[in-house]
Amino acid sequence: MTTQSETGYRSEAAALPVGTPRHHMVIFAVLFGLLLVAPSLLYPVFLMKVLCFALFASALNLLLGFGGLLSFGHAAFFGSASYVAAYAAKAWGFNPEFAILLGVLAAAVLGLGIGALAIRRQGIYFAMVTLAFAQMVFFFALQAPFTGGEDGIQAVPRGKLFGLIDLSSDLTLYFVVLAIVFGALLLIYRIIHSPFGQVLKAIRDNEPRSISLGYKVNRYKLAVFVMSAALAGLAGATKAIVFQLASLTDVYWTMSGEVVLMTLLGGMGTVFGPLIGAAIIVSMQNYFAGFGAWVTVLQGVIFVGSVLLFREGIVGVLAKWLKKPL
Amino acid sequence: MFELLGIPPQALFGQLLLGLINGSFYALLSLGLAVIFGLLNIINFSHGAQYMMGAFVAWMLLTYTGINYWWALLIVPLVVGATGVVIERLMISRLYHLDHLYGLLLTFGLALIIQGLFRNQYGVSGLPYSIPAELSGGTNLGFMFLPNYRAWVIVASVVVCFATWFAIEKTRLGAYLRAATENPTLVGAFGINVPRMITLTYGFGVALAALAGVLAAPIYSVNPNMGADLIIVVFAVVVIGGMGSILGAILTGFGLGVVEGLTRVFYPEGSAVVIFVIMAIVLLVKPAGLFGRTQ
Repeated sequence: MTTQSETGYRSEAAALPVGTPRHHMVIFAVLFGLLLVAPSLLYPVFLMKVLCFALFASALNLLLGFGGLLSFGHAAFFGSASYVAAYAAKAWGFNPEFAILLGVLAAAVLGLGIGALAIRRQGIYFAMVTLAFAQMVFFFALQAPFTGGEDGIQAVPRGKLFGLIDLSSDLTLYFVVLAIVFGALLLIYRIIHSPFGQVLKAIRDNEPRSISLGYKVNRYKLAVFVMSAALAGLAGATKAIVFQLASLTDVYWTMSGEVVLMTLLGGMGTVFGPLIGAAIIVSMQNYFAGFGAWVTVLQGVIFVGSVLLFREGIVGVLAKWLKKPL
Repeated sequence: MFELLGIPPQALFGQLLLGLINGSFYALLSLGLAVIFGLLNIINFSHGAQYMMGAFVAWMLLTYTGINYWWALLIVPLVVGATGVVIERLMISRLYHLDHLYGLLLTFGLALIIQGLFRNQYGVSGLPYSIPAELSGGTNLGFMFLPNYRAWVIVASVVVCFATWFAIEKTRLGAYLRAATENPTLVGAFGINVPRMITLTYGFGVALAALAGVLAAPIYSVNPNMGADLIIVVFAVVVIGGMGSILGAILTGFGLGVVEGLTRVFYPEGSAVVIFVIMAIVLLVKPAGLFGRTQ
């Protein structure tokens, strides 16, 4: 019974095999090694930004690439967690780990609410519903008394991790962020390759058949939505501690669009694509910041180019060449 | 003067009027989205950017060539609609065999490009476009003062909406269109050029957005971001109405504009989010939308 799946589905280029291929672990290890020495070459704050967005894009990819659900409102989770963490750290004097945890919790609860409503529609309607709810969260952030309106929450203290490790040094904070992001990436990897992840892919590829096989499709969709929201929240909350700032940019629809772009450019449904996509887009924003609105134009061009020419994304194309899932 | 629930009537009618104005734009834009969606099966994310282009082209015509508002009403939809035709031919038509989500992503990218280009050229502060002389001033209705231009916008929008409805539901061309929505292959087999019809439909939807942009130019300041936030509200309108029916899109647009206006009277803090709250309720009660067909 089980031998059939051993031979039958492994040859499929699109489907990841069950279990964890060894080369993935090698890539993770090399990546981790590179990131350990990276601060000696690159500015740590820039690297932390890349890491946060890599996690954000991977969280979206969990939903989009493996659940087949395009959320155009992920800024809602990223941003609300960012606000909650910033507020907890600044107004209540929480330690950074508790502030981040509270942010994640807020994003998960929000994800449960929005997800439960959004999964009632499919396809492009799902995208529109998530976008609309995210805009609602944006208006809330704009008007609520504790978010600081246009100014956001500024000068958030980085505090001491566990009350012991002072995070005011960029380098110390970098290693903490690296640990958080890498832990979360491995968690996402674990989710994708678990039986739960297999069911998700089945639903993505053929929803009616999954239903007929007895899977409660909506429960799976909601579960992955909440996980993705919580992980996006982890990225947002960590970002708030790193930059000591939560602002309206974090909840605006442009942020939702950017993270979709990162995932698309890197490769939807690949493990490492979102990391590459995030690194490219963040670098682009960083180095072209002086060109004003041309960055928006360039992002639009990359969007159009990716959709028309290059739908597998960078890592997707690479995986095709190497004939190995990446 | 009488009072209604403690609200002075001037405020109430003023907000109702504002609601109807917003509703006019919701109706025009969601109508364009519904027409495009019906045949192309894509959500045109660049609709807001094309609405903004409409307002800008009208402003350019007036500023650079002196062509007035009335000619702009005719020329702008044609010009912007033509850009839509080019976009459909060059890009969107390559995506029909793929998941509909790619159409959404492509048009989102196009929206970023269009908005970025206009922002580079004209900055983010608004440009003024004055109300045409024939429509300046207003009429005193006894219970409120009605600016003529605003009355014109509501009338024009209603006329355009119903003309579109009539063209689609009651004419021969509309019958071809509806047939192609149901079964493009069969309609093609009857000798009708479906790809050309699809191109023209996209051009028409874009032209509607541009027309809305011209109507909006004298009311709102002409700026590159004017369509970006509006289009998200229009998406919510579309989700509430469902895209199954043309009439549904029109009614939902006007209705939600009025509801938003009333909310601004009775609970001002909620006016920005009331449409999204209604969307949540509709998703709970009737997920396919008020006028939608169940999938």
